[in-house]
Amino acid sequence: MNAAHDSARRRDAATPYELVVGLEVHCQLATETKIFCRCRTSFGEAPNVNTCPVCLGLPGALPVLNANAVRLATRAALALGCTVHETSVFARKNYFYPDLPKGYQISQFDRPLATGGAIDVGAESGTEPRRIGITRVHMEEDAGKSVHDRFADWTAVDLNRAGTPLVEIVSEPDMRSAQEAGAYLRQLKQILEYTAVSDANMEEGSLRVDVNISVRAVGATALGTKTEIKNLNTFSGVERAIEIEYARQCAQLDAGGAVVQQTMLWDGAREQIRPARSKEGSHDYRYFPDPDLPPLELASAFVEAQRAALPELPRGRRSRFVAAYGVTWPEAEQLTASAELADYFEAVVAESGHAKRATNWVLGVVLAALNTTGRTIADAPIGSGRVAALIRLEADGLVSNTAARQVFAWLCERDEDPRVVAEREGLIKVTDDTALVQWIDDVLAEQPAEAARFLAGEVKLQGVFVGHVMRKSKGAADPRRVNQILASRIS
Amino acid sequence: MSDEHVRTPADRLLDRGVAAIVEGVASGACSALAMVECTLNRMVSRDVGRDGLNAVLYVDQEGAHTEASLFDARDAARADAPLAGVPILVKDNIATHRLATSCGSRILEGYVSPYEATAVGLLRAAGAIVVGKTNMDEFAMGSSTENSAYGPTKHPLDRTRVPGGSSGGSAAAVAAGVTPVALGSETGGSVRQPAAFCGVVGIKPTYGRVSRFGLVAYASSLDHIGVFGARVDDAARVLAVIGQADAHDATSVHFPPVDDARAGQEEPHPRGTQPLKGIVIGRPEEYFPASLDPRIRALCDASLERLREQGAEIRTVRMPNTESAIPVYYIIAPAEASSNLARYDGVRFGQRRPGAGVQGMYEATRAAGFGPEVTRRILLGTYVLSAGYYDAYYRRAQAVRRLIARDFTDVFASGVHALFTPTTPTTAFRLGAVSDPYEMYLSDIFTVTANLAGVPAMSQPIGRIEGLPVGGQLIASHGDEATMLRIARALEFSLGVEAHR
Amino acid sequence: MSISESDVRHVASLSRVGLDSARLPLVVAELNGILGHMDALQRVDVSSNANEDATRPMMLADDVVGAVQLMRSREDMAPAMRDGFFVVPRLATHAAPEGNPAARAVDAEAP
Ligand SMILES: [Mg+2]
Ligand SMILES: [Zn+2]
Repeated sequence: MNAAHDSARRRDAATPYELVVGLEVHCQLATETKIFCRCRTSFGEAPNVNTCPVCLGLPGALPVLNANAVRLATRAALALGCTVHETSVFARKNYFYPDLPKGYQISQFDRPLATGGAIDVGAESGTEPRRIGITRVHMEEDAGKSVHDRFADWTAVDLNRAGTPLVEIVSEPDMRSAQEAGAYLRQLKQILEYTAVSDANMEEGSLRVDVNISVRAVGATALGTKTEIKNLNTFSGVERAIEIEYARQCAQLDAGGAVVQQTMLWDGAREQIRPARSKEGSHDYRYFPDPDLPPLELASAFVEAQRAALPELPRGRRSRFVAAYGVTWPEAEQLTASAELADYFEAVVAESGHAKRATNWVLGVVLAALNTTGRTIADAPIGSGRVAALIRLEADGLVSNTAARQVFAWLCERDEDPRVVAEREGLIKVTDDTALVQWIDDVLAEQPAEAARFLAGEVKLQGVFVGHVMRKSKGAADPRRVNQILASRIS
Repeated sequence: MSDEHVRTPADRLLDRGVAAIVEGVASGACSALAMVECTLNRMVSRDVGRDGLNAVLYVDQEGAHTEASLFDARDAARADAPLAGVPILVKDNIATHRLATSCGSRILEGYVSPYEATAVGLLRAAGAIVVGKTNMDEFAMGSSTENSAYGPTKHPLDRTRVPGGSSGGSAAAVAAGVTPVALGSETGGSVRQPAAFCGVVGIKPTYGRVSRFGLVAYASSLDHIGVFGARVDDAARVLAVIGQADAHDATSVHFPPVDDARAGQEEPHPRGTQPLKGIVIGRPEEYFPASLDPRIRALCDASLERLREQGAEIRTVRMPNTESAIPVYYIIAPAEASSNLARYDGVRFGQRRPGAGVQGMYEATRAAGFGPEVTRRILLGTYVLSAGYYDAYYRRAQAVRRLIARDFTDVFASGVHALFTPTTPTTAFRLGAVSDPYEMYLSDIFTVTANLAGVPAMSQPIGRIEGLPVGGQLIASHGDEATMLRIARALEFSLGVEAHR
Repeated sequence: MSISESDVRHVASLSRVGLDSARLPLVVAELNGILGHMDALQRVDVSSNANEDATRPMMLADDVVGAVQLMRSREDMAPAMRDGFFVVPRLATHAAPEGNPAARAVDAEAP
């Protein structure tokens, strides 16, 4: 395994093999109930409580398709640029497994919901992005969960997850590096979150990835023999697994061997890939149209209504931010990390009228505060209106940046009008000469020796006295005016 | 049938059928409890239990008593309950709580469904009292009820013969007069064929009219819940109650009412009037092959003559794809069955047998749980769906199925309102007489087409040969049970006692 | 077309029916007897109806919690349950407890 690591590191641009990766992503749709019954899809319940005759596969039970699952899957397909088909068909994929209650999975096979989309990844504005094709998007039900380490001689089966609605998103074999696969996944996750199709929560298994991976001689057009790696539920795991499997396949070919088509499992804890043990050599799923479910017919009016209801998607939003707010592409990427953050930012801009300051405040101050408190933008302690008001105080010269940050910290504790806080805490810049002159006289009196040298013309001491005045005023003095008054004292 | 020394009012109502029972119970002349008592007594006197005809597998004496008493206590409910106090039997593949739902199979021995079929719920809501479950070919795979894991059902008129199947228990019980009505199920003729053999009425509604929720699946695209009745009106009244679109069955459809609203109330037409004027009845050539028993042909033609006398126009029609129906059926039905029966794996319900590891457990459970015909169809169905054979068998069968359906569409579009055919090519055969599987499959040769096309069809008695009943079949277009039942009522009235002679 | 012993063995294993090998020749003969009649379909001209979709409407359900209630407990109907789990003999592919307990159970037979 260490050898694989090392060789993964050793391989560089000079390698004679090109990596070819395609991804199959299973994503849980954000419905209240399961795809074919009205059981809850809630996570973390006691085993088998969210089950009914349908999802237990009891004799005589029948599936009825969840309309909201259809809506969300359609939304996902449209957001990924796919063509949604007027007719799609649910089929049965037949195999025996203890956590597959009916002995078949209801999925879409030769007539999927949608085909032919793409995701653009990994380029800044102005340069050509890499376009990763999406072969198809189809709907299916999830299986239950088998637990192998709970009882000594038994496999335990929990069917709470059985029948959870999924979309499977299958990419073309268009990715050429582990990083590109990672970028594709992050972009995909973001699109699914933006469109509220899925929580895309990795920990709860609402996004799972299977990787198809092959290598071929650089310049070759035919695809090499692929292996499939299953059981990936982190993006970093996907990237590591691709690197390791790439190195393994290259080494295999270098040694004069051939890649054997097989299914591999990723062991995240050990960062290891091992072949899955299979009892049967060939799979024969005997797909056929599910006779319990007539073809799904989607009126074009329905599809168009879903298209019209799509929000602005992450990539489009980034481009608009660059153009409209003068932010850099990397800043735009940060600001659009989630739709909520982007909304927050745009609200701050709109209410403050200062795009540049809003960028600095949101990226520098707000996100930092969220990071330290472990919160997300959705439950940010300070509303966009407060931040905008703070920016206006700063822009109008009423508070210094330092003072504004102090006010922000204060507001994190209690929701108040920033101006009220600044005034109460004495953080409003004092430009009134009477007060400034008093502070200046005080600091000159406190340090008579330096004061004498300064008044005699030692100009470099002016900065020291400005600092003293600022401290005495707790930052409220307007340093510009303090400088002017001090300068006028020099004889 | 044994003599009954004491004929109670309930006995008389039971013999007069559903309409009489409903009227008697609604008017307070007889209680639902008395009806249930009467049925339970007849189960004994007419020997339909496990040691006798073996038509009824499970009896819910206590539950039936309780339900009948509760019903009797609800004065308000009695008046407009369409099946007030009607005792009914239900085939063993339709989910009922309290009573076992074992599908005539070892693998479901002792299984009591934790939920109830939609059709059964509708029956209860209408005031019917479910008294027991009836024997059947295992998983409805068979045409004689000999494939039941709980032993064969015997024909009520001749215990050396089969009652037909797979709903043989329901047909035999209604023929024995235990209940006026029973639920059965059909995939290729499993209601109509035993109805014909036993001399009762059997209706297979339009696909989608009666919810399949709670009907244990054999072949989902062909499965229907059907109804047996001692007479047309009995079966029609039950069908009217259970024929409701259901949110738990995605293939369920809302159709116009099953019966002509007037039909039940109208006085029978006197002889010589023409109640079927304007009706065109097709006589499809393919259902009257040269090889057909001439006595069955003669009875059918006599019935057609009765229909003509009542004003119907009889027209010879062609259904050119009929001969493909059995091969198509025996590809599609086993294919769907092989998938539908995968859930019997010993994990969540039903019987389990230990074996080496989980695969060994699966195989031991299914080997012990399934009988030879079920195993045969699972193997056949797995084969026709498997890689390399799907196109040649399954895909092709679906294409030919569409041709068969089109035969019906075309004939009904040509102005024909219904078809009349023999229900079966033979009368009830002897137990054990048919051992070749394919020969047994041919019992359904005239009935299976209606399942493939999804159109409504029914069998009714049209006479007897050597004391054994013969059934005549009516087939109508999608959703048009009303016309089918109108013709059936007219024929039943016209034949009178001849239908059973 | 005819079905061979190895075909029958294959479909018997796919369908987990635990076919007794002593019965194999009989079953092969029976299935061939049945399949022989199916060959008639190869001669039917189906060119006129290539691939029409059924026009049956499909009913969809609203996304509102309300599953059909179980009137008997899962323990009542299950052959074996422990701590609320259905239990089966440990899968051969997971002979010993190992790895990440949170990881989804996957082996080559899972999709
Ligand atoms: Mg999948
Ligand atoms: Zn459920």
